[in-house]
Amino acid sequence: MILGFVEQDGGKVNPHSLEMLTLARRLAGETAVPLHAVVMGEAVDGLGAYGVSALHIAQHPDLTDFAPAAWAECVVQVMAVERPTAVFAAGTERGNEVMAYVAAKLGAAMAANVTAVVPGDDYRITRLRWGGSLLEEAWLKGTPKLMTVAPLVIQATMVESDEVEVRPFPPNLSAADLRVMVNGRTQPESGKVTLADARVVVSGGRGVGSAEGFAVLEELADLLGGAVGGSRVATNLGWRPHAAQVGQTGTRVAPDLYIACGISGAIQHWVGCKGAKHILAINTDPDAPMVTKADYAVIGDLHEVLPALIAELRQRIQSE
Amino acid sequence: MNILVCIKRVPATGARITLTADERGIDTRNLGFAISPHEECAVEEAVRLVEAHGGRVTVLTLGPAEAAEQLRDALAVGADRAIHLLTDGSEWDPMATANAIIAVARAEPFDLLLFGNEAADTGDYQVGIRVAVALGLPCVTGVKGLAVQGDTVVARREFGGGWEIYEAPLPAVITVKEGLNLPRYPSVPGRLRAKKKPLDQMEPARQGGGATSSLEMVRLVTPPEQRKTVQVLGQGGTAVPRIVEILQELRLV
Ligand SMILES: Cc1cc2nc3c(=O)[nH]c(=O)nc-3n(C[C@H](O)[C@H](O)[C@H](O)COP(=O)(O)OP(=O)(O)OC[C@H]3O[C@@H](n4cnc5c(N)ncnc54)[C@H](O)[C@@H]3O)c2cc1C
Ligand SMILES: Nc1ncnc2c1ncn2[C@@H]1O[C@H](COP(=O)(O)O)[C@@H](O)[C@H]1O
Repeated sequence: MILGFVEQDGGKVNPHSLEMLTLARRLAGETAVPLHAVVMGEAVDGLGAYGVSALHIAQHPDLTDFAPAAWAECVVQVMAVERPTAVFAAGTERGNEVMAYVAAKLGAAMAANVTAVVPGDDYRITRLRWGGSLLEEAWLKGTPKLMTVAPLVIQATMVESDEVEVRPFPPNLSAADLRVMVNGRTQPESGKVTLADARVVVSGGRGVGSAEGFAVLEELADLLGGAVGGSRVATNLGWRPHAAQVGQTGTRVAPDLYIACGISGAIQHWVGCKGAKHILAINTDPDAPMVTKADYAVIGDLHEVLPALIAELRQRIQSE
Repeated sequence: MNILVCIKRVPATGARITLTADERGIDTRNLGFAISPHEECAVEEAVRLVEAHGGRVTVLTLGPAEAAEQLRDALAVGADRAIHLLTDGSEWDPMATANAIIAVARAEPFDLLLFGNEAADTGDYQVGIRVAVALGLPCVTGVKGLAVQGDTVVARREFGGGWEIYEAPLPAVITVKEGLNLPRYPSVPGRLRAKKKPLDQMEPARQGGGATSSLEMVRLVTPPEQRKTVQVLGQGGTAVPRIVEILQELRLV
C-alpha cells in the first residue's frame, strides 16, 4: 500500500494534502496497491473522493497540539503494521518537518518537494530545487520511499468515492517524542491587508534608493488598498522589515497586480512574484529581466512615475 | 554557551541559472558565492547569543576548498572558530551530509546547534532534523524568533499569519529562517581578526558504504519559461494614463 500523511485543522483538510493525495493515488493506481491515509487526533470526512480506502487516526491524550517528533512517530507506527512501499506528505512546513523525522527515525532517504514520480524498483522522481527556480531529476532508492509533494504543482482532483474504512489507534509515544510541542500561539492581526492575500502588491527594490523613498510606494498601496513588498536588497539594507520580502527566502505572493518598482528581477525574487496574475515593472533599464518578463512595463525613474500616478489617482477620487 | 552553526556555500545566481554541460551542476564561472541566507541569520544569532551569555561560536561547513571563503565570512562577523569538512566538490546527499556533521557533534558537547531550515540550493529540509534525531536532542524548525532563558530555549515560528511558540530544554537543535534578525556586514577589522582565528580542515566521516536507501541526482533541468511579450506603456510620467487604464481594466480603481 501507499500511505499519505494528511494535515488538518479542526476537521478541515489542508488543500496541499489533497494535492498530495492526488499524486499518491495515481502512483497507487499505476502500481495496483491501495492508498491509505493517516491523520492526527480527529477523523476527517471526504477522503474517499481522493482515493483513500482506509484512514488511520492516531489518538493519544497527550497529543493536544502540533508535536513534530510525536506526529512522525505515529506515522512510523502505522508503517510498522502496514508496510507501505511509499509514504507521502504535503511539502508544507509541517509536512516537510514530519517527513524528515520519519526519514531520520528509519534511517531512510527522503525527497522533498517532488513534482512527478515514475515508479519501479527505484523511483525516478522530479523535485524542486532553489525554491522552484530549478528542477532535479533523481533516483530514490530503498524501501520505503519517503517524499513530500511540492505545493501548488498538482491540481487536486476527485474520483468516484468509495467507503473509507476508519481505523483509530493509540500510538505508543515516549517522553522524548513529546518534548517539542506548540506551547502557545499568537493570532494573526485582523483587519490588515497581508502581503500574501493582497489584490495589489506595490514592491520596491534597490532602485527605491532609501527607506524614505518607500513613502511613495506606501501612498500608492494605500490608494489601491494593497500591501507594500520589497526585494531582499530592500530588506537587507534595513529599508523594509523582512516580513515585506518577496521571494525564495521571503513570501510568495499571488495578487491580481504586482507592481515591481526598481527591482531587477533576479530569479530568487521572480519565484516569489511569478504567481501574480499581472506584473507591471517600473524600471530605468529597458533590459532588466523584470521588464522583459513582465506583462506591462514603464521605462523611467520610479520617483517620477509614482508621484505622477498618485497625483492622477487623487484627482480622480476628488472629481468623483 | 557552546554553539555550533552549520553553513553551506551557495552560488549567488542572478536572473537566469545556466547549467554545466553535464547538467549536474550550475555553471558558476561568472558567479560570486554566499552563505545560504537562512544560515547567515543563524551565524548572526549565534554571535548575538554569545555576546549576551558568553561562550563560543563554531561554524562548520562541508564543501570544497573554496568554501573556506564562507567560513572566513562567518569568522569576520564574530564566530570564534571554524571547521571545514573538505570535499572534492561533488554533491553529498542530505543523509551523508548529516552523518558527517553528526560525527563532529558527537565529539564535542554543544549546547545549541543551529541550522538553516533548508539549504538555498538543494532545499532538502532535513539535515538539522537528522542531526537532532541521531543525537537524541529536541529540535524546533523554521524559527524566526529565539531567546535563551537559563537552560531553556524559547522559539517562535510563523504559522497561518500568527506565531507558534515552542520551548525546549538545552542542548537543542534549532533550524532558522531569514528574518530571524538582520545580519551585520563584516567590517575591515573583523576581516583582519578572522585571519587569525582557527580554521581546522578535516576529512569528513563517510558513513560505511553501500547505503541501501539514497537520493541520487541524475540531472538538473531549467523549468520552461512561459514567454510572453511585454507591453511597454511608455517612458516616465507620460505612461500614467495607460497605467490608469490598466488599473481600470483590472478593476483596481
Ligand atoms: C539563496 C538566495 C536567496 C535569495 N532570496 C531572495 C528573495 O527571497 N527575494 C529577493 O528579492 N531576492 C533574493 N535574493 C537576492 C537576489 O538574487 C537579488 O540580489 C535581489 O533580488 C536584487 O534586488 P533588487 O532587484 O532590488 O536590486 P538590483 O538587482 O540591484 O536591481 C535594482 C534595479 O533597480 C533599477 N533602478 C535603479 N534606479 C531606479 C530608479 N530610480 N527607478 C526605477 N528603477 C531603478 C535598476 O535598473 C535595477 O534593475 C536571494 C539570493 C540568493 C543567493
Ligand atoms: N554542506 C553543508 N555544510 C554545512 N551545513 C549544511 C550543509 N548542507 C546542509 N547544511 C545545513 O543543513 C541545513 C538544511 O539543509 P537541507 O536539509 O539540505 O535543506 C542547511 O540550512 C545548513 O544549515
